Amino acid sequence: MTAVLSRRTLLAAGGGLVVAFSLHAQEPKRPGSLKETPSLDAWIRVAPDGRVTVFTGKAELGQGLTTALLQIAAEQLDVAPNRIELITADTMRTPNEGFTAGSHSMQDSGTAILNAAAQVRGLLCDAAAAEFGVAADTLTTADGLVHAADGRAIGYGELAAKLNLHVDATANSPLKDPAAYRLMGTPMQRIDIPAKLTGGASYVQDLRLPGMLHARVVRQPSYGATLLDFDTGPIEHMPGVVKVVRDGSYLAVVATKEWQAIKAMRALAAAAKWQETASLPDEATILDTLQALPVKDIPVLTWQAQAGAPVKRLKARYSRPYLMHGAIGPSCSVAQFVDGTMTVWTHTQGVFPLRAALASLLRLPPDKVHCIHTQGSGCYGHNGADDVAGDAVLIARAVPGHPIRVQWMREDEHTNEPYGSAMIAEVEGAIDADGRIVDWDYAVWSNTHNRRPNIGGLMLQNAALSDKLPVPPPAPIPMPEGGGDRNSNPIYALPNARVVYHFIPQMPVRISALRSLGAYLNVFAIESFMDELAEAARADPVEFRLRHLQDERAKAVISLAAEKFGWSAGKRGDGRGFAFARYKNLAAYCAIALTLGVDHETGQIRLGRVVAAVDSGQPVNPDGIRLQIEGAIIQSASWTLYEQVHFDRKRITSFDWSRYPILRFPAAPDSIDVYIVPRPGLPFLGTGEAGQGPTSAAIANALKDAAGVRLRQIPLSAPAVKTAIGV
Amino acid sequence: MIRLNVNGHDHDVDAEPDTPLLYVLRDDLALNGAKFGCGLGQCGACTVMVDGRAVFSCLTPIALLPGRNVRTIEGLGMNAVQQAFVEEQAAQCGYCIAGMVMRAQALLEHNPNPSEQEIRDQMAVNLCRCGTHMRILAAVRRAAGRGVKS
Repeated sequence: MTAVLSRRTLLAAGGGLVVAFSLHAQEPKRPGSLKETPSLDAWIRVAPDGRVTVFTGKAELGQGLTTALLQIAAEQLDVAPNRIELITADTMRTPNEGFTAGSHSMQDSGTAILNAAAQVRGLLCDAAAAEFGVAADTLTTADGLVHAADGRAIGYGELAAKLNLHVDATANSPLKDPAAYRLMGTPMQRIDIPAKLTGGASYVQDLRLPGMLHARVVRQPSYGATLLDFDTGPIEHMPGVVKVVRDGSYLAVVATKEWQAIKAMRALAAAAKWQETASLPDEATILDTLQALPVKDIPVLTWQAQAGAPVKRLKARYSRPYLMHGAIGPSCSVAQFVDGTMTVWTHTQGVFPLRAALASLLRLPPDKVHCIHTQGSGCYGHNGADDVAGDAVLIARAVPGHPIRVQWMREDEHTNEPYGSAMIAEVEGAIDADGRIVDWDYAVWSNTHNRRPNIGGLMLQNAALSDKLPVPPPAPIPMPEGGGDRNSNPIYALPNARVVYHFIPQMPVRISALRSLGAYLNVFAIESFMDELAEAARADPVEFRLRHLQDERAKAVISLAAEKFGWSAGKRGDGRGFAFARYKNLAAYCAIALTLGVDHETGQIRLGRVVAAVDSGQPVNPDGIRLQIEGAIIQSASWTLYEQVHFDRKRITSFDWSRYPILRFPAAPDSIDVYIVPRPGLPFLGTGEAGQGPTSAAIANALKDAAGVRLRQIPLSAPAVKTAIGV
Repeated sequence: MIRLNVNGHDHDVDAEPDTPLLYVLRDDLALNGAKFGCGLGQCGACTVMVDGRAVFSCLTPIALLPGRNVRTIEGLGMNAVQQAFVEEQAAQCGYCIAGMVMRAQALLEHNPNPSEQEIRDQMAVNLCRCGTHMRILAAVRRAAGRGVKS
């Protein structure tokens, strides 16, 4: 056996750190997810007829990942994209790549497929060289064929039939010269869009399996509510009702047709009696309440160096409320229990962790649960996707044989999804006589940003079921990626800085991962404060950022955004704002300049022109990158201007779009232009969460420029703006 | 049995008369385009056309529909509006997009040359969470430039 045991295997087997570290030096460092799944045929298979199948453990969340992965595979294999089948996250078919989250997919899976495809193409060329009796470096590949200089050609299928691809990838790959790329770096239309525009079956919501029944859950009206009594009388004679499922405070109904299930659920809900407790804090003082809770202090960084004498010192406090993912399509799942095995079609971000969670919820061994990713509505983090799969499996177990389709109602999604944590950041900074930052003190308070289920105790249903599983305590996500402290480490070169994360374990409302995690508030705070310091230094905000940066790629992105926007130093007062961040200080760089206007009667902010510049490393689908940044800008504008989860002492009261308004078309900016700094051959940098932070601060900075007021508490709502301006 | 005309074809549907059109389209006629979004007429994911007007299929009971013409995205073929959405790549997750197309189709049939403000006001009914708004607006403008057949 030549395979090298991975560190993960050894650690999982209890091999211990000493063994793992002693092996580490010999272990080849394979790129991307090849580290965890090295076998080439786990990623790429070539059938004898030449058909190519590519596997990824990541899922299409509506961000165009599958198209980009096909571009990568097609480029490195020299096979047309439409001749490649791509299989996404499936616990029985694909590599385990954990969660599709954190803007990691291109770095993890894209890099794995890039290298695996190049290595497979290399092995095919080696096989052809042996076949033709020529040197491999005299061969060329095109459209699934290997060509010899003398005109002979042989298909990939014929070569692959004699080739063993069940071999581990090597650390280095015969990658193409980026200058020769024809697909990577060129816009490609998304492969999934035509079906979505013609009524094709695109989503788990569209699954229709033989014998399928529909179910709805009578949800607990508030966290921890106890079901005291319910009456099946009203639904006993309703057409189509098949079964009522009850376990503790968990109550669901199954019917033949979807509308029948909804009517039965409503009748059951109307007759159900609950005991509720006033477990929620006062919304009006939630930030102070959170800040007063016990914390675990996590030092993020301490920098100490000689610096000039401080001449001005500023202090500010920034915050965000609880924010909702707010998928347009409520979460949905289909499950079927046959012969002791549960098959689950789910739009989860992590089929493997969900498999473990569902298995533990059902008290089944994990190999008796099969999770198949099927697209859903965009999720933007950990929303109801996993929990609705919990509903589907619990109900499917009670009605064996029948596929059970559960889709949440709007109020189920709005009031049960785990929200993004409310957060507070306090920052103090000082500048010297030359307008340089000489001191920086930053503290951030937050709940966790990860309660993604990998055990049953983290599923929503656990709180309702009679036999409860243990619930693990919340844990912070360590830096360098971080959770509440994500992007709390400034990218600016500061001589003296202290950053601390006050992690709050106690969670008054249900919390988990919302797109960009803590980066949204930390970038809002840092980039707002940079403008405050620039003003104190009488410096132009763009120039002030550049003077504190050493990272050349950061400077290039800022300069490009400023140039395309037409930013000119000293020109102020027309409602312009600028902000910049590198997501996690590890992923894509993004700078945003924008204009806005303020209606002084209402306090309403109206976005004008938005210009963004982004460096995502080697671009794969430039149009996809642009669309991700456009989406980030608009979603962040919605968070920043309008959004806040409301609650009373018992219940979440933001139960629909009227109680949780989001941005609508009339409020979309006049224009958004996104410019890409291409970096041929450099590693992919995740882009999906790069724009949210900078957008929020660019809006706050532009508001200051337009109306002279500095708002530090998100949302920058019309009433808040009006109050700040005064009448 | 209730007789519905959907995309030019009559269907006899065995569903209770209070059933919203959305569920008949999806469950009885196996049409995927119209989506459940809110059931409240707040998001437009379920938008279809009835007698040429955009309606929320989640709020329209089938009892109201005999003798009327229901049109869904499946009935458009791949027309100028859908083509414009492809060319602008005006979808991310795409869950809202069939509703967007139907709202745009109804708008352009009644107003072939809408102003930017008219487009934004008409489309305001439909929500998108991925932030694809600029592409969708561009697609509607692009389709308007070509003329849309009713």
